[in-house]
Amino acid sequence: MNATHITIRLDEQDLSLPAGHTVADLLVQLQRPPESVGTALNGQFLRREARASTTLQAGDQVLLFQPIVGG
Amino acid sequence: MTANTDLFQLPDATLNSRFLLGSAGYPDPHTLARAIAASGTQVLTVGLKRTLQAGDNGFVAGALQAAQAQGARLLPNTAGCRSAREAINLAQMARELYGTRWIKLEVIGDEHTLQPDPFELLSAAQTLVREGFEVFPYCTEDLVLCRRLLDAGCPLLMPWGAPIGSGQGLNNIAGLRSLRQRLPDTTLIIDAGIGAPSHAAQAMELGFDAVLLNSAVSQARDPVAMAGAFKSAIEAGRAAYRAGLMATQDFAVPSTPVSGHAFLLGSAP
Repeated sequence: MNATHITIRLDEQDLSLPAGHTVADLLVQLQRPPESVGTALNGQFLRREARASTTLQAGDQVLLFQPIVGG
Repeated sequence: MTANTDLFQLPDATLNSRFLLGSAGYPDPHTLARAIAASGTQVLTVGLKRTLQAGDNGFVAGALQAAQAQGARLLPNTAGCRSAREAINLAQMARELYGTRWIKLEVIGDEHTLQPDPFELLSAAQTLVREGFEVFPYCTEDLVLCRRLLDAGCPLLMPWGAPIGSGQGLNNIAGLRSLRQRLPDTTLIIDAGIGAPSHAAQAMELGFDAVLLNSAVSQARDPVAMAGAFKSAIEAGRAAYRAGLMATQDFAVPSTPVSGHAFLLGSAP
C-alpha cells in the first residue's frame, strides 16, 4: 500500500487515488462536469457545494448518479 | 377560442392538461419529443440512475428540450428505491440535478407487483415534506394510508390503477371509487397500470383529477399517435365527469317515449 495513495470504492469498483483528493477532485479526474452528476458518499447524498471540502478516505464508497428518462 | 375554465392545480402550478407523461422506453429521442408534443402534457416524469457512464444517447436532452418547448414541468421520480433512506437520498439528489421541489415518491415493497411499501413510503414522505419537498406519493388505493400521507403533508396522492407497466387498467374500481368519495377535496392522480385510452377515460369519468402513464404510450406501435389518443381520452373522460354520467339501472329503461305497442297488434277487432 502506497502511503501517498488511497483506495476507494467507486460504483463498486476499486479506484486508487492520491491521498488528499476531494470528491470535487475525483469528478475532475473522471472528466465529469460537476453539475452533470449527483454524488453520494458512503450511502448519503453529498451536496454539490460540499464536494470541494470533502476529502476522501481509504475505503470510502462513492456513487455517481445522472439524469435519465423515467416513468 | 374560449378560455379553459377547468384548470388543474398542482403545487405552484396551474395547468390546462390533466395528462402527466413518462419519458422512458421510447424507441428514440425524436419519437419521445414528438410524443411529448402530441400529448400536450405539462408534467413530464424523469429519473436518476447510478452509473459511471456519461450520456444516454440524447434521450434526456431531447426530453428536456421538448418539455421546455411546451412549458412542461419536470417531475423526477425515485424509481428503484426499496427503503425510505434510499428514496430520501435520491430525492435530495433529484432536487439538486433538476432544480425542482417536486418529487414522485416511489418506494417499492414487492418485486413481483412493484407494489409500494406503505410503511417506508410514509416514513420517506414525512421526512421529505419537512425538508421542503412537494411530495407526489405513488401509493395504493388504501384509504388509511392515503389519509396518513395527507396528514404528513403530501399535497396530493397518486394511487395505482394496476401494477406498473402491466397495462391492466383499473384493477380495483370499487376501491378507487371509494377513495374518490372519501377524499372529495384531494387531488388524486391515477398512476401506473393504464394500458389503453379507455382506461384513462374511465379514471377521469370516476372523478380522478389526472392520469400519469408511460408504457402505454412508449410501447405503442406508434407512440406519437397513441399520445394523441390518450390526450383525447383524458379530455373526454374529464368532460363526461363534469357533464354528469347517468345513473346505471338494473333493468332496461326505454329511451324513446312511445305509448305501449307501436301498432296495438293483437288488440284490433
